[in-house]
Amino acid sequence: MKLSRVSRQFGGLRAVDDVNLEIEPGEIVGLIGPNGAGKTTLINVITGVHPANSGEIELDGQRITKMKPHEVANIGCSRTFQIVQPFPNMTVLENVSAGALFAAGAKNIRESREQAMEHLEFVGLADEAEKSATALPLAGRKRLELAKSLAMKPRLLMLDEVNAGLNSTEIDGALKLIQAISDRGITLILIEHLMKVVMSMSSRIVVLHHGKLIANGTPAEVIEDQSVIEAYLGRRFAEKMAKEKNGQMT
Amino acid sequence: MKKIAIFVAIVALLALPYFGNNYIVRLATVMMMYSVLALSWNFIGGMAGYPSFATAAFFGIGAYVGAILQANGIFFGAAWFAAGLIALIFAAIMGRAILHLRGHYFAIASLVMVEVLREVVNTNDQITGGGMGMNIPILKISVEASGMLFYYSMFVVALLTLATASWVYHSKLGFGFRCIQQNEAAANMLGVDSTKYKTIAFSLSAVFVGMAGAIYASWVNYIEPPDVFDIFLTIKPVVMVLLGGMGTVFGPIIGAVAFLALEEIVWRNFLTIHSAVLGLLIVLLVLFLPKGALFFDYRQFFRGRKK
Repeated sequence: MKLSRVSRQFGGLRAVDDVNLEIEPGEIVGLIGPNGAGKTTLINVITGVHPANSGEIELDGQRITKMKPHEVANIGCSRTFQIVQPFPNMTVLENVSAGALFAAGAKNIRESREQAMEHLEFVGLADEAEKSATALPLAGRKRLELAKSLAMKPRLLMLDEVNAGLNSTEIDGALKLIQAISDRGITLILIEHLMKVVMSMSSRIVVLHHGKLIANGTPAEVIEDQSVIEAYLGRRFAEKMAKEKNGQMT
Repeated sequence: MKKIAIFVAIVALLALPYFGNNYIVRLATVMMMYSVLALSWNFIGGMAGYPSFATAAFFGIGAYVGAILQANGIFFGAAWFAAGLIALIFAAIMGRAILHLRGHYFAIASLVMVEVLREVVNTNDQITGGGMGMNIPILKISVEASGMLFYYSMFVVALLTLATASWVYHSKLGFGFRCIQQNEAAANMLGVDSTKYKTIAFSLSAVFVGMAGAIYASWVNYIEPPDVFDIFLTIKPVVMVLLGGMGTVFGPIIGAVAFLALEEIVWRNFLTIHSAVLGLLIVLLVLFLPKGALFFDYRQFFRGRKK
């Protein structure tokens, strides 16, 4: 995927400001930045919810800048929501089969249900298939979101804070899942606040601040970047990381 | 079991004119008409979750298209069919224009369609007769025969609507409607073309109502704007669907029958204050059966309430 000079304005606020970014197939890119930096907006711009005011977005050479959300979904670009968005009056299975039916081109409802079941097994919700989506605890709903977006057979999957609100055991489970998704060859963009997670999962980290892209590099490069420390990580984190590094050396 | 029940109901309704008197046949025709209205509103209001108040607009369009065509010598069956088609096209075009509105805004926009159309019909008196109304040529058959004709015609349209509703409910289309009803943003993100789906739902809510409107016009022989662009034609189907069960296949029919029964009983017994009594009854029913009769937990009711 390629973003060139992408901007999105809300009134006088440039929520995404002149962002250039290239992502290679199969990468796991961590997208970090302080609250209100424009991370979720960037995803909304890519998926067509809030189309870019200027700039171009391409997916495998295809221009998707002006596409509507359902069109973007149909060419293999899916996302999870920061605040989970299940269909409340449907079962878990029906929720997932919607993704298979409308975006992945399942021929009929029965086929979409079969596909949905596979994805539920993959995320470990198979036993919950016939439950109402609202009956799931938060960790389950996050898994449901994952299963839904996987059912769309995406090439590119954007995960918006899938770990927020989970406890550490649940996070470990989620990380294994994310790794397994990546192993399937799906390109991932990971919005995440837990530095430990971003550092260990990402092959590359991109930092947004006030809508601008202020750093783009390997995890090791990014945490030593002065502007990133100023904007997001804070001095204490930088010192801690530096100490750990020195500790390893001596 | 369900299939047998439907079969028995259809046979009973087919045989009805041979046993009932003219009053019963008239009532049954109204019942069929109400079923068409309720089933139709359910496409957009129940399944897709968009509170449309445009039913009367489609009904009026159907009635006037049917009347104008028949006044120009077109065969009545063809005129009814054309009325449905015109209502469908009108809904598809208007739907593109107002379906990006949500909730109350959509409700008001759809209500405005009724008011504007009534004024349009009122002022174009050279085609529509304006406030003077329009006479529809009376068919040269006996009273009983024409009563049966209109009853069976409404019956066929009601069956068509029911068949369409059942097909939609079990198809990808209906699944898409439910996704939109529950969370439109998420539906979009999952690849549902919500503009297209909503327009289809809105058009489905128009086509059969248009046909019913045209049949109604031929049936009563005389129409005028306040009669066919009547706001009650918009509100009654909503109440029926609420009574029967939103978004279901058979709920609207159960609601239509229940509503008609209430209307007749109340009308007979409280002639002067029937609107008030009917209103009160509806409020009570919606309060105590919020999801409709189909979702009432009968077993629990008879066992006594759990705490």
